[in-house]
Amino acid sequence: MTQVSEADHSPVKSFHPRAREALKNDQLRGNFRNAMDGLMGKRTKAFAGWDLEALRQLGAGVRQRSLARLPDLLLQLESRLTDNGIQVHWAEDGDEACRIIRDICVERDAKRVIKGKSMVSEEMELNHYLEEHGIEALESDLGEYIVQMAGETPSHIIMPAIHKNTEEISELLHNKTGTERSHDVNYLTASARQQLREKFMQADVGISGVNFAVAETGTLCLVENEGNGRMTTTVPPCHIAVTGIEKVVATLDEMAPLLALLTRSATGQHLTTYFNMISRPRQPDELDGPEAVHLVLVDNGRSGIYQDDELIDTLRCIRCGACMNHCPVYTRVGGHAYGTTYPGPIGSILMPHLLGLDETRHLPTASSLCGACGEVCPVKIPIPDLLVRLRRESVDGDKLHASGVQGHGSKRSRGEALIWHGWQWLHERPGLYRFAMAMATRLRVLQPSRAGAWSRSRTTPKLASKTLHQRVGERARTTEATSRPVSGGEL
Amino acid sequence: MTDAIRVYPAKPDKVYFFGTCLVDIFYPDAGVAGIQLLEREGIEVVFPQDQTCCGQPAYTSGYHDQARAVAAAQLDLFPGDYPIVVPSGSCGGMMRKHYPDLFRDAPQAAKAESVAGRIWELTDFLLNVCHIHLDDLGEPTTVALHTSCTARREMGVAGVGPRLLQKLKNVSVVEQARPEECCGFGGTFAVRHPEISTAMVTDKVQAFVDAGAPEFVTTDCGCLMNIAGHADNTRQPLTGQHILSFLWQRVSATDDGDRV
Amino acid sequence: MKSRERILKRLHERRGAALPMPELDFSVLTEGRNWSNAEKLDRFQETIESVHGEVHRAPADQWLDTLVAILKARNARNLLTPRRHSLGKTIRESGRSDLPTLLSYDQPIEAWQPALFNDVDAAITSTRGAIAETGSLILWPGPDEPRLMSLAPPIHIALLEADCIFATFPEALTAQGWGSAMPTNALLVSGPSKTADIEQTLAYGVHGPKELIVIVVGASAA
Repeated sequence: MTQVSEADHSPVKSFHPRAREALKNDQLRGNFRNAMDGLMGKRTKAFAGWDLEALRQLGAGVRQRSLARLPDLLLQLESRLTDNGIQVHWAEDGDEACRIIRDICVERDAKRVIKGKSMVSEEMELNHYLEEHGIEALESDLGEYIVQMAGETPSHIIMPAIHKNTEEISELLHNKTGTERSHDVNYLTASARQQLREKFMQADVGISGVNFAVAETGTLCLVENEGNGRMTTTVPPCHIAVTGIEKVVATLDEMAPLLALLTRSATGQHLTTYFNMISRPRQPDELDGPEAVHLVLVDNGRSGIYQDDELIDTLRCIRCGACMNHCPVYTRVGGHAYGTTYPGPIGSILMPHLLGLDETRHLPTASSLCGACGEVCPVKIPIPDLLVRLRRESVDGDKLHASGVQGHGSKRSRGEALIWHGWQWLHERPGLYRFAMAMATRLRVLQPSRAGAWSRSRTTPKLASKTLHQRVGERARTTEATSRPVSGGEL
Repeated sequence: MTDAIRVYPAKPDKVYFFGTCLVDIFYPDAGVAGIQLLEREGIEVVFPQDQTCCGQPAYTSGYHDQARAVAAAQLDLFPGDYPIVVPSGSCGGMMRKHYPDLFRDAPQAAKAESVAGRIWELTDFLLNVCHIHLDDLGEPTTVALHTSCTARREMGVAGVGPRLLQKLKNVSVVEQARPEECCGFGGTFAVRHPEISTAMVTDKVQAFVDAGAPEFVTTDCGCLMNIAGHADNTRQPLTGQHILSFLWQRVSATDDGDRV
Repeated sequence: MKSRERILKRLHERRGAALPMPELDFSVLTEGRNWSNAEKLDRFQETIESVHGEVHRAPADQWLDTLVAILKARNARNLLTPRRHSLGKTIRESGRSDLPTLLSYDQPIEAWQPALFNDVDAAITSTRGAIAETGSLILWPGPDEPRLMSLAPPIHIALLEADCIFATFPEALTAQGWGSAMPTNALLVSGPSKTADIEQTLAYGVHGPKELIVIVVGASAA
């Protein structure tokens, strides 16, 4: 990104106000609603006729096996890639990955970089870093190109510019590139094609992400529709691929089900327009393709997630975005409200590990735990369970199971803890509970008609005149009198 | 998701009834209706008077020590080997799916597993264990159904409500847009993120009204409070009640439900 | 190499329980897809057409006529052809006067990049087969058919042998032994280049070809 505002680094401060802003923006809400409805419908259609449960089981199994053998597969991948002539680099964090990429650029005297879509590079804030070091980094995915031009960040991992409508994009292209204003999407697209073709020809380095890295063959797989990924990895003399260490799979055979799941879950496509598999730099008898290919393997918190028996499931993610498309919260507030690289449900379980729970403590609560995300996840990540796990960590709420995520406990407040202690005190004393509830219902005329945030938009429910406990007790007494079977007693 | 394949037991002579805290103080009619429907099937209903709450509010808020303490107080209430029925997908999901996790490494782990394995969402139990027969004695009416997210996704009983309503010959059921979408309740979510929750429930109420449903029925009191509370607050022509109250009214030709 | 060792050490010395290695059942990918050749062709055509691909079926001795008609309809000024593949030879040696100017990708990209990007109207390539289920062409670009041939020109025409359609991708992987022979670049192409990044409206040819036309050789007309 050309700029990352201060607010982007403080999701903890910004989630509520940003969400409120987004909710007030009818057009934004309309954009997201339409887009998400469309994506959900397409996904359902794409899986018609499939035994989806069996396919998800297979996808989850593949990812589990990949993670179980992660260090060995990474070594195998490194060794195959090296044999194939692709140089492998390892980065502990985003900063180191940025430095590695800068060093490659400097060594090649590269001044202009063209980029294919890569969420890891967003995570690293690579563009920002390169610009600071005098290297132009231009996004070539149309959505990313638009977002970059607007000085924004993607609002969806698959559809970065989904928050903008045609008119806004037309205006932006006009102001930044001189493209004539138009509502004709074909015209706007053709104009971007021309502009970006020039950039591809001038670029010294192409940077891309990776969807799957196949250890067996040393192959980097990229999924895309536009062809900018193929351009990025073919036209410039040097290609740098950057990926998280968890993206490795053992074999082509194990990759196949993930591919089948990824494109259908993401956009409802049986396959994207291009599935691009790269195993070598240009060979002596070949006439195009980069002469140098690098892979940067980025950890950035992943090996920390890897240590935990539950949280490790987060690393199964294949970045399809289906959890966002199906999330009723994401649909309402859009990607920017989250203020993080990865928004939506996956972001809420991943970002706390990358930024710390103190910085992201509102994210795990930004869910009604409706379970739609977990239901559609192609690799069966138990997202709602992990949200609860992070909620627990954020308040250090479990003496039996220690917290381990960086920044744990940061959301614990004395006031809230006191409420739950009081709640416990009452609910583990059945006699007292019965008495308290009976009193509450008896005194229900005194019930306040407003109950905080709840009643701002809802009528507060009225207490019943008698509790179920009382009703059952009374029934038991009458039935005893008429000698019907006993209800309401202990066995 | 819970068990991939659920094996329904034979219809038992006796069940435990776990009423849930929301039913207890806000919607006891739904609880009584559930008990009456079970008794009508010839099943003896045991309601342990020492029950309070399943522990879910604290659990989903991250306060697992408090959730565990309260849940532990429930574990001893079901000593006999009978099914435990719950008139809520949410509390049912808590007890069936999350108790084993909550009590992992705790002394009560085995007991929690035993309780979890006997938990049934009540409409599911009526349909698939009791094979309930419903003679509709009510006037012709139109309703829509809201299956709670927990009933749908944790208890896996999304198919149950429609099949029960189908048995009522004078009831026509209309389907609202996006029936599987959350109503925005989510327990403490509605309080922590009131604006987002309100946006969700606004859409849900609109979906019912657009579908032409004057009334909705639901498996869960949280959703009921949320949807009906919002409809009332915004003066939308929509009322709601627990599906058990509705079923009891239809078969007993009474109208004693706490419709809200 | 310090980061490498540190990362690997953390992964190797993982805390916690042994990680599961579930058995994998791949049958869901192939089950119920025992299609005949005719069914595979139909399904391939239906699927690729659903994403804006164009399919022509031609008897083995008539595909050149089909090609000429396609190029004429688009007023293509020129056609980029492979040098060594028999399809290139067939075109060049046909002696037909109704073909546009024939071009060859016979020098490194650096020598003619602007011309390839701006002046070539159409390219024709061979394929290594296709996948019925996803409506995809299998391309292994190489010295004779470089990578940009199927990407830079606005029209990409692909020749597909009718009896070379696999039901699924896994079937193709196995049948063609990909695991032991990955080329520099392997591609699955399912339609023309497209984007929906502007308000979810589909637009074609954003970076690659605006048109993808498949001539299925050796197939009787549908």
